Amino acid sequence: MSDQVESKIWVFVEQRRHVVAEVGLELLGKARSLAEPLQWKVAAVLVGHELDALAEMVLSFGVDEALVADDALLEHYCNQAYVKAVEGAIRQYEPQALLLGATAMGTDFAPRLAARLRTGLSAHCIDLDLTPDGQLLSLVPGWGGNVMARISCPKTRPQVATVLPGVFPVPEPGRARGRMVSLNPQLQPEDLGYRVVETKREEAPKSGLETAEVVVAGGWGVGSKADWTRVEELAAALNGAVGATRPPVDEGWAEEKQMIGQSGRTVRPRLYIGLGISGHMHHLVGVKSSELSVAINSDPKAAIFEHCHVGLVGDLKEIVPPLVEAIKQYSQQEPG
Amino acid sequence: MRIIVCVKPVPDPKHWNRLQLDPKTRTLVRKGIPGTINPLDRHALEAALTLREQEGGEVLVVSMAPEDSQPVLKEALAMGADRAVLLSDRVFAGSDTLGTAYVLSVGIERLGEFDLILCGDETIDGGTAQVSAQLAEFLGTPNVMHVSGLEVSPGKPWLARSQIEHGYTLVEIEPPMVLSVVKTINTPRYVTLMNILEAEQKPIEVWSANDVTLSEPWAGLAGSPTQMADLFAPERKGMAEMITGDPKEQAAKLADRLHRLGFC
Ligand SMILES: Cc1cc2nc3c(=O)[nH]c(=O)nc-3n(C[C@H](O)[C@H](O)[C@H](O)COP(=O)(O)OP(=O)(O)OC[C@H]3O[C@@H](n4cnc5c(N)ncnc54)[C@H](O)[C@@H]3O)c2cc1C
Ligand SMILES: Cc1cc2nc3c(=O)[nH]c(=O)nc-3n(C[C@H](O)[C@H](O)[C@H](O)COP(=O)(O)OP(=O)(O)OC[C@H]3O[C@@H](n4cnc5c(N)ncnc54)[C@H](O)[C@@H]3O)c2cc1C
Repeated sequence: MSDQVESKIWVFVEQRRHVVAEVGLELLGKARSLAEPLQWKVAAVLVGHELDALAEMVLSFGVDEALVADDALLEHYCNQAYVKAVEGAIRQYEPQALLLGATAMGTDFAPRLAARLRTGLSAHCIDLDLTPDGQLLSLVPGWGGNVMARISCPKTRPQVATVLPGVFPVPEPGRARGRMVSLNPQLQPEDLGYRVVETKREEAPKSGLETAEVVVAGGWGVGSKADWTRVEELAAALNGAVGATRPPVDEGWAEEKQMIGQSGRTVRPRLYIGLGISGHMHHLVGVKSSELSVAINSDPKAAIFEHCHVGLVGDLKEIVPPLVEAIKQYSQQEPG
Repeated sequence: MRIIVCVKPVPDPKHWNRLQLDPKTRTLVRKGIPGTINPLDRHALEAALTLREQEGGEVLVVSMAPEDSQPVLKEALAMGADRAVLLSDRVFAGSDTLGTAYVLSVGIERLGEFDLILCGDETIDGGTAQVSAQLAEFLGTPNVMHVSGLEVSPGKPWLARSQIEHGYTLVEIEPPMVLSVVKTINTPRYVTLMNILEAEQKPIEVWSANDVTLSEPWAGLAGSPTQMADLFAPERKGMAEMITGDPKEQAAKLADRLHRLGFC
């Protein structure tokens, strides 16, 4: 077996305790569609310890190569060790592009790696394009989402980008056809830089926002903690989950884990209803895949009306109570 | 203990409604909008000041920005920093994050040894959240991002708590290091009139490209590996279909629609 790596686009598939971050799979799908016109191969990069099962799994997503950096010292994420683990392979095989999820890990690993390689990195992109001559163009939101920058990296390789979770769909797995290549990281304990003492994660809530069919989100316009029950009542009537923009989280009306947007969750419901939300891109990037989006806002000029499907101009305090009543009546009519 | 805080002057978000996109130059016109300390950098500075109170030592502020940003550095001195260095030169202008981190690193090299560099996790303007880790890479020190807690006890490794999705990791780390903080780490102190008067006595040094050693080519627009090919206001989808009437009518029409779609 030749160990020559041929893939031109590499996707870092993040895992912690052998659970992969979904954005890694989303990027495998996107990388394949970017690579197709150029007939480039695509590799998934896994870093950690005892990764054989995960290598099988990523291969089932149709990648050509699963590049595996496996070492006991890589069991816990540590940025310097991770950089060391993949740096040599990148220099040797010269991929054109490297994609990572803009997660807690990706936003830390990618800049350190790009700086080591002295190459360009675009941040938390919301779209990617590849020109016929192999230039990666990334769409980067800035200024609180008020502007978008298209970033290129003309002179250096690889072109590195982190991508917001939830922007691209997770592809369907199929029959594996690629092969696994071991990257032989050869790490020493002093490569670590710091020692992970513990990692604590709470169980992901069962009726999670990310999987909810209906999401009712409240914003600053909801008004107060007492008024927040309006959001909850509407969500309950529709059997949906409650989301929030940042201000209600800062005010303590809603919990951090309910925040939707660039720094929060990405949702893909069939129905999204935004109450008292102005429509900053920071929030909208997290809801843009909603099948039907409805906004209730007292300001007819609110930006959210330019991004949603159905709009109601008015005071949510006057609209939501009769809305909840009407919905409950319909639900009671339902036979069985 | 020697602590360096990286502070980025940013246009005050209170006045962002006055920002204009210049379609010709593809830049944001921020003329006349007052600058302020990037919000998270206030938290970084607060963490530094708290540590100085606990362990003794000095707090230095470093910034790469146009020369007219000095009032923002005065603000940092008024909060309690001992000294400020402004890296300012046309050669630095237009740096991407690799360029910014590189310029900050050569400035810091000139400042000499340090125990800790504190940054914000991200700014509110560029907001890439890339500079702190890249700075650490140039300086060859370990770094931790998303830091929401820090425990320092003399003679022992420090403990940094880093936020991850649905939880945190706790790491043991030894100085020198770069940490970037999130908002929950502390509440920044208020500046009093007395503090502002005291800050008048504190030095702000302005260093140009000639005052530092630039041995690598990454600084400025020309040296930066990334280029901004385009800058534009996000695309508008077009107006929503509006449901009108008095609130009760609006509610009834929306409920009817949701019913027909099978949501209730
Ligand atoms: C819309 C837009 C998109 C952009 N996209 C990219 C991109 O994808 N890739 C890229 O490389 N560049 C990009 N840039 C350029 C980037 O914003 C600049 O390089 C900027 O100088 C530093 O990045 P930041 O503001 O994103 O800092 P961040 O990385 O968000 O800042 C983190 C911390 O680093 C410290 N810090 C940052 N800048 C300074 C400074 N000048 N002085 C002192 N401390 C500082 C602060 O402590 C700050 O809290 C973009 C700019 C815009 C306006
Ligand atoms: C780096 C960064 C990251 C961020 N990440 C996120 C993120 O992930 N998610 C997020 O949500 N935000 C995020 N933000 C904040 C974001 O920029 C906005 O400030 C926020 O989304 C605005 O929330 P809002 O729409 O609820 O509040 P506002 O913008 O204050 O809007 C409130 C709206 O309510 C309307 N209103 C008021 N009263 C009523 C009433 N009685 N009935 C009906 N309507 C009413 C008003 O007309 C207004 O449009 C981030 C910011 C930064 C700088």
